[in-house]
Amino acid sequence: MGQGDQLSRQFRPARLLPVLGVVPFLGYLLVFLVVPTLTVVVGAFVEDGRPSLAVVRDLADPAVLGSLTNSLVLSAVTALIGGMVGALLAYAVVTGPADGALRRLVTSVCGVLAQFGGVTLAFAFIATLGISGVVSVWLDQNLGTGLTSSTWLFSLKGLVLVYAYFQIPLMVIVFLPALDGIRVQWREAAENLGASTGQYWRMVGLPLLTPAFLGSLLLLFANAFAAYATAAALVSQGNPIIPLWIRSALTSEVVLGHANFAYALALEMIVVVAVVMTGYSLLVRRTARWLG
Amino acid sequence: MSAARSPRRSARTRLLVFRVTVLVLTGAFFVIPLLSMLDFSTRVFGGDGRTGAAWALLATDPLLRGAIGTSLLLSLLTVVGMLVLLVPTLVWVRLRVPRLGRTVEFLCLLPLTVPPLVIIVGLTNVTAWLSYLFGDTPSWLAFLYVVLVLPYAYRALDAGLSAIDVTTLAEAARSLGAGWFTVIVSVVVPNIRTALISASFISIALVLGEYTFASLLNFDTLQVAIALQSKSNAQESVAASLASILVAALLLVGLSFISGRRRSGRAVVATAVAPTPTGPAPTPPQEPR
Repeated sequence: MGQGDQLSRQFRPARLLPVLGVVPFLGYLLVFLVVPTLTVVVGAFVEDGRPSLAVVRDLADPAVLGSLTNSLVLSAVTALIGGMVGALLAYAVVTGPADGALRRLVTSVCGVLAQFGGVTLAFAFIATLGISGVVSVWLDQNLGTGLTSSTWLFSLKGLVLVYAYFQIPLMVIVFLPALDGIRVQWREAAENLGASTGQYWRMVGLPLLTPAFLGSLLLLFANAFAAYATAAALVSQGNPIIPLWIRSALTSEVVLGHANFAYALALEMIVVVAVVMTGYSLLVRRTARWLG
Repeated sequence: MSAARSPRRSARTRLLVFRVTVLVLTGAFFVIPLLSMLDFSTRVFGGDGRTGAAWALLATDPLLRGAIGTSLLLSLLTVVGMLVLLVPTLVWVRLRVPRLGRTVEFLCLLPLTVPPLVIIVGLTNVTAWLSYLFGDTPSWLAFLYVVLVLPYAYRALDAGLSAIDVTTLAEAARSLGAGWFTVIVSVVVPNIRTALISASFISIALVLGEYTFASLLNFDTLQVAIALQSKSNAQESVAASLASILVAALLLVGLSFISGRRRSGRAVVATAVAPTPTGPAPTPPQEPR
């Protein structure tokens, strides 16, 4: 078959026709996903219809920068807490029988809880540790903690605790496959060569799991950074984190004197999430080499 | 013999202690808020005993009732939209344009990477058009929700399609004279019923819990109403929150049960729910030589 034959085949209408079947899908995503993202990227560099850096420059406003720092710290801390606790929980599950009821229960529950953000989660913690929460009242009565007169739940510290509630289950879900990839034979081989449990983990287990663990941490980081509903339901005043700045920019139209400020904030979010997710996919590729 | 075994046995005991400790502690962290909600929503403030008043309000409060209706309608519209958009496309790609498979997968998983908040900021022009075309009704939110549920629905449907031999089924039907519409509707769809149900369940669960889009576009869906109601009656909001968690949990556990009845469904919920690809590493699409 000659080169020219191949070319003419490529451009025969009969070969292009099937592609038309995918057009509605592509069109839909273009309108509802690609155009909005591009609107944000372009809109961030426009003011009064002309190209301008004024809007983006305002991201350096101390108040906005402070919120960015808060957002990054919140995401990092909840990723670390969620990652460590989630990894321990995943390990506790994976060391049980592979088809056991415990494993089924934990994966199902984690599947539900990882999705359980937003208003309902906020109210779960208000009912638990809020001003008249069940646990905060009990702690105050029995240990004299003073939780019922404190608003810490609605601060950054409170958000850390609340976010852990969906970060830990997410870690279990994304980290279980990696733990499953660890073969018993490796353990046996190490033991046959005289390795202790500590040596096995230090020299075989942990090095193998590290890329998967770091990748999961990045995923958790992006998850927390992009989360909006939980914080929006808990924090009704002030903008401690970037997603809440976007809320004020959207609801009050003009923030820091710019109509387009929401675009700049959204662009900032895209950049952070894109950087994190690129790192994630690089790490996943590394993980797949051994634990895939 | 016993000397060689005892260190192994002590290691096993240590593992057991570790597992029980971790499971009990994390279990408590997850269960206590749920129990607190139950306690909080049935408590009589300034008195003793229990009351179901907050729970009774779920059925009688007009704001909440209206919002539940809106959210149920939205989840129905979203499920229909998702199935109409996704099922024919995925079947078609498998049968006729497999070289677009990776592109479609990438696009379906893209909403996991773009935060919903970014979409809503960039959508102002599109939403202006939607409200111009369809009026001031929350129903058109379903267009946006289809994008939101896309990754999860895609995973469920893709798993279902991988489990059957679509090509052979389609060729058999085609050789008997069936058109493409018949192939999709009466040959492929009945064979991926489980996947369709899974995709629908997870979509319903997501729509019932959605807050970001609805609140920023000022529509009173269930979650928005729960947040509004807390200002006048916190107990009612907590009761409604607990109820919506239970419904979502029922849907998602039902999903794991349905898919678990079939072979190796252990990880189905996990794959359907995990917000980013956990499978093999995303590799760039290969250039045809």
